[in-house]
Amino acid sequence: MVAIAEKAARPASRLQFILDRPGVLGALFVSPAILYVLALVGVPFLLAIYYSLSAFTIYSQSYRFVGLRNFVDIVNDPVFRQTLLNTFVFTFGSQILGLILGKFGALMLLRPFPGRKLVRALIILPWAVPVALATVAWEWMFDSLYSVINWMLIALGIITRSHAPNWLGTPDLAMLCVIVVNAWRFFPFAIVIFLAGITAIPQDVLDAATVDGAGFWRRNYQIILPMIAPIVVVGLVFGIVFTFTDLSIVYLLTNGGPVNATSVLGYEGFQVGIISGDVAHGAAISLFMLPLLFVLVLVMLRMIRRQEI
Amino acid sequence: MSAVLTSEIVKTFANVHAVNGISLAVPDGEFMVLLGPSGCGKTTFLRIICGLERQTAGDVMIGGSVVNDIPPRARGVAMMFQSYGLYPHYKIRDNIAFPLRTQRVPRAEIEKRVEWASQLLSIGHLLDRRPRQLSGGERQRVALARALVREPTVLLLDEPLSNLDAKLRASARNEIKQFQQRVGTTTIYVTHDQVEAMGMGDRIAVIDRGMVRQVGTPTEIYDDPADRFVATFVGTPPMNLVAWNRGHVGFRPENFLPRDLIADSAVTEFSFRVDRSEYLGSERIVYGVLDGCDAAHEITAKLPPAHVAEESIRPGEWHSFAVRNSALCYFDYDGKRTNRH
Repeated sequence: MVAIAEKAARPASRLQFILDRPGVLGALFVSPAILYVLALVGVPFLLAIYYSLSAFTIYSQSYRFVGLRNFVDIVNDPVFRQTLLNTFVFTFGSQILGLILGKFGALMLLRPFPGRKLVRALIILPWAVPVALATVAWEWMFDSLYSVINWMLIALGIITRSHAPNWLGTPDLAMLCVIVVNAWRFFPFAIVIFLAGITAIPQDVLDAATVDGAGFWRRNYQIILPMIAPIVVVGLVFGIVFTFTDLSIVYLLTNGGPVNATSVLGYEGFQVGIISGDVAHGAAISLFMLPLLFVLVLVMLRMIRRQEI
Repeated sequence: MSAVLTSEIVKTFANVHAVNGISLAVPDGEFMVLLGPSGCGKTTFLRIICGLERQTAGDVMIGGSVVNDIPPRARGVAMMFQSYGLYPHYKIRDNIAFPLRTQRVPRAEIEKRVEWASQLLSIGHLLDRRPRQLSGGERQRVALARALVREPTVLLLDEPLSNLDAKLRASARNEIKQFQQRVGTTTIYVTHDQVEAMGMGDRIAVIDRGMVRQVGTPTEIYDDPADRFVATFVGTPPMNLVAWNRGHVGFRPENFLPRDLIADSAVTEFSFRVDRSEYLGSERIVYGVLDGCDAAHEITAKLPPAHVAEESIRPGEWHSFAVRNSALCYFDYDGKRTNRH
């Protein structure tokens, strides 16, 4: 007893319990993530900002500062302006389509039916399948000669073989195609968001609305949608940011064609900066999105906060 | 005329009989309380009246017509839910106006009715707030206003006080009861709390395992229970039961008194061993066993402390206790009330 008491009485080293301090332990746990973000996001980001203000190409690696000249150049370029417009059409088109599909998918999956669990599992597939693989499958469906969509439309007598649409070869149809494929990839995510939101609504509120005389549409648009709006907006912000910066579907399906009809900012930045080697202009194109997205995210997060009051 | 009349309502969920043949008539303007332990089917029964559940068998009549195939919104019922079910994204004004908007009531009329309902419940100053900015008691009043604004034939309340703290509950109980008397709306009130039931109900329907055990005024339910379940479910502490002639005889703790406190001569005497006693200020609860009974079978007596000094009843002592014969209730072997002694 005496020995133990003496041992405890001795002042412990300052460092002996250092890991018990929340500040120290927390910093230790968080530091890998911070290092990762700094090294792989922060540094390239700052580098890109510098490139966009310089005359750097892979053929003449000059770090000469040129101010905003690169930005003025790209804004004066009609291809870039077309690309900017395409990006908005592509992003909002596919998000809206994805949200509609997601809402109806969620409503369907909320009703009990045989095999619901299987359908719930399968519906996540578009999200889980590697984008390259899925896009190749879509490419076959939209193929000018072997399109299964055209085959069906012809078989149903809706169109004739001579008037079969060339899905990826016509500018407007090609844009529709990339929007559909992107919406198809996004809608499982939207379903998950809607399901999470709807199941979180207290049953009492829905019952109250029913007793108060609200029918299906009123319940959906005056009660359910406003109540899940905050979570849907968060999902939408993610969707928009990812789609705005995405280039994979366009790259795999249309290569930006025909005649830049489906070229989007991410794709254009990649083409100019990496493929053509004009790093300065590529960086300028890529960073052109940044203030836009920043404003977009701010506005949406503002909306959420107002909802919560 | 009966505002609500149900006949032989049965509701089965996957082989479980939640409601097992309830026939009940609620006259116009009555405050009817459905009292029962949790899981007895009382809420399911209320939801069937409301139209949120479809009964497996039986008929529901509201205001004289069968409403089995009529959706909730057309039944003329309003329901107030346990957690109120206020719409969090609407201001209080819009919450109260919602049932009128769905019926396409003209705007001016809506304003008038919202004004009327908010005056009635004195929530006029809250109209421009949102539900989350309100206290529990205020939310409850808003929910009541929303239920009443349509002037329903029947008002259905599903445990409306269970989300309030004990102090608020007492005042809210009083408020609802007074309010119902003033407006005169037929009300069906579901609760598992016998104090609420006794204090508020014009009549009480005691429900157990999906069946009505007894319908009666609070006095009838308490003094004249129809069976052993009602006798032991209502009253704190519950009625004492002693084996008797293959059945039971029951007596309320407050009727079980020291022999010398009862002037009457028509009494039944028991020898009572005191085990412990609790002093609760206005009363003293004494726990013990009867001579000749199972020692695990605890009997309680509720004594007026002014008449019984602490020193006179000590643990371990045997005392002569008695019950007036008129206060004894006899039950059959199957729990039904009987006059056979």
